[in-house]
Amino acid sequence: MAEVLDTQKHTDAYASHGIEAIAVDAVNSDAHRSLFKAREKIHPKRVNGTFRRVKWAVMALTLSVYYITPWLRWDRGLNAPNQAVLIDFPARRFYFFFIEIWPQEVYYITGLLILAAVSLFLWTALAGRVWCGYMCPQTVWTDLFLVVERAVEGQRNERIKLDRAPWGFGKLRKRVLKHAIWLVIALATGGAWIFYFADAPTLAKQLLAFDAPAAAYICAGILAFMTYMLGGFAREQVCTYMCPWPRIQSAMMDEHSLLITYRLDRGEPRGAHKKGEPWEGRGDCIDCKQCVAACPMGVDIREGLQLPCIQCGLCIDACDDIMTKIDRPRGLIAYDTDLNIARRQRGETPQFRLVRARTIAYGAVLVLVGAVMAFALLTRRDFDMSVLHDRDPLYVKLSDGNIRNAFTVKVVNKARTGRAETVRLEGLSGATLSGIGLIDAGDGTVHIPVDADTLQAARILVTVPRASLAGERTPIKFVDSVPDEDKSVTVDSAFFGPAP
Amino acid sequence: MAGKSPKIDSVTGVEIREHEWDGIQELDTPTPRWWLWVFLACCIWAVGYWVVMPAWPLPSGYTKGVIGWSQRANVVRDLADLAETRKPLESQLMTADLSDIEKNPAIFEFAVASGRAAFKENCAPCHGSGAQGALGYPNLNDDDWLWGGSLSAIQQTITHGIRNQDKESRFSEMPAFLRDGILTRAQVDDVVEYVTQISGQKADAAVAKRGAEVFGQNCVSCHGSDGRGDRSVGAPNLTDAIWLYGGDRASIRQTVSYARNSSMPSWASRLSPATIRALAVYVHSLGGGEPEIAAVPGPKAP
Repeated sequence: MAEVLDTQKHTDAYASHGIEAIAVDAVNSDAHRSLFKAREKIHPKRVNGTFRRVKWAVMALTLSVYYITPWLRWDRGLNAPNQAVLIDFPARRFYFFFIEIWPQEVYYITGLLILAAVSLFLWTALAGRVWCGYMCPQTVWTDLFLVVERAVEGQRNERIKLDRAPWGFGKLRKRVLKHAIWLVIALATGGAWIFYFADAPTLAKQLLAFDAPAAAYICAGILAFMTYMLGGFAREQVCTYMCPWPRIQSAMMDEHSLLITYRLDRGEPRGAHKKGEPWEGRGDCIDCKQCVAACPMGVDIREGLQLPCIQCGLCIDACDDIMTKIDRPRGLIAYDTDLNIARRQRGETPQFRLVRARTIAYGAVLVLVGAVMAFALLTRRDFDMSVLHDRDPLYVKLSDGNIRNAFTVKVVNKARTGRAETVRLEGLSGATLSGIGLIDAGDGTVHIPVDADTLQAARILVTVPRASLAGERTPIKFVDSVPDEDKSVTVDSAFFGPAP
Repeated sequence: MAGKSPKIDSVTGVEIREHEWDGIQELDTPTPRWWLWVFLACCIWAVGYWVVMPAWPLPSGYTKGVIGWSQRANVVRDLADLAETRKPLESQLMTADLSDIEKNPAIFEFAVASGRAAFKENCAPCHGSGAQGALGYPNLNDDDWLWGGSLSAIQQTITHGIRNQDKESRFSEMPAFLRDGILTRAQVDDVVEYVTQISGQKADAAVAKRGAEVFGQNCVSCHGSDGRGDRSVGAPNLTDAIWLYGGDRASIRQTVSYARNSSMPSWASRLSPATIRALAVYVHSLGGGEPEIAAVPGPKAP
């Protein structure tokens, strides 16, 4: 203990308000953290209140989404997987409810990542590290691991006592139980992840029968190990040392961003307070350190905004509880802005500006990217074509003097039924199309039969009379269409011949 | 050192080394524990590796390791596995009727893929990587065939070759009309003019008329009375736009005077029947392949 504040006088002062005196250091705050020191374990104190309830709800929601999603079914008809969300690597398909994405459409995933990034920017500009404090898997799983720790080893004081206690049967029993539950959660976490990559019920049966592919066990094992390490041991160090987001996010915040703030204009000067003493000439902070004890990151919010603070709101709950007990207004620690602290100190009224240039810009980018993605998704075709000119040889002279070029054409059929795609050539007079496996439609076009949900490669031979070539290179277009649809795919290419 | 108690850094609690450079001193920080353990684990691993895997060079070879792992043996096994996986399609390719191969996508794609690979390895040096040919080496993409462009004709040509020691090789020999004294220089010039004319190029009609007589007496037995050639003897069609040795007067004069008679090796002893069949399918698929019925068309009647 670097600091021993709980002298008898202080203890009495807190007792007069019915508050337990706590000896706690903000071991991970910017002021105390040192790269030369070994990590000091943090024992967060349980708090109750609005933000704790919000966090419970978010935890329940995010964990449910994570564990349940692979089990949702979605009927796509015969010969297609019926898993709602599935990343099918062997078949190279990504299924998301009614959306099916092929590898060449991976830009939709890019768009999704851009959307995620920009929405992260927007939230951060509006209300700080909302993601870190409530939704980040590291926060959620650490919280879950803490629930287990608390259930097995007891509240903060008991946990500290247990840490210091010599090894005995009782300590061993609690430790084994805690780690066993952690490992079960970790295995369930790693196990749930792999269900996104294969048919969940099938894989579950295989896993239990020790019949699943080695990759499944290895992936689940690695993820389980990471969950166990990050949630059980690394905890706040992940946010403090490993994660890049705390370093980036400060660029998105400004003086108008709502941040979890200790209102020093109201709290200072702080000091112990005995029930019945006047409040005049001092701040509302009684320096009870409940906010520090509650903090899972081991910071002291009263030192101001700092890197390890994930803005989870638990110190607000802790402080509000105290403010109620000492009969002062709640909100000594609250979502507030740096600007308002300064304004209050100058005697001005607080000002909230959620709509400002920064948030408008982020919002506009969000809407724009979302609109582009939605448009692309709604107007996308269920067929496609690519054309590659054969280069070896570039052209072939035939016995009657005609010139022939060969093209490797790949047609894609994303429909659930097989069909024939029609390929037409534009830009060359007198051209005839032929090829092995193609059906000559008789009107100058060829039909390429394609099975359902697959890609068919075909070699199209294009023959033209020498006279219809004006130069060595004639620009042409291939047009791909399917029956009963207005859409078509046009691919630019070129026809090569000898120099005239 | 002796007698002196070490200086301890107040921040880290680590000993300070004695050496001093311009007032800068170093901490004697011990190696991190995790690093030490990883290092020791690697040492133990290495010892185990020597025992299990091939490791130490010896004058007479090397230590083989207890599991007998060998890169060479792995390659042999992988190649055997590959041959095993190809077997079903290969046997289908061998048993399928030639005219049915293109109708069966599975066999066709297998044949084209393996044929393409075999072509690049064995045929490309003469016929070019894309089978585009060169002067004296036929372009296999076009529709002009010396010995026939059906699958069976191509297969026959690849198997036994042209003008070589193979007993079943395709064979014919064009006389060197000038060198062997069959024709005079003037007669050669006349027949060259005639060939230029029937191939659709500009020619002196009077000279060509004289040449037609020479052609009728010396060339029709192989090239046909209309000059369209005869595939049974590998005589090229002289009326089309494709020339193996060039279609200008100088080239034709060279051909008539000294003959060409190039050869192609027999591949039966070097390639497996399945590879030859795959090659035939590949060459046939390039664009000039002819249907089976028209395998060996005789010279057209005048």
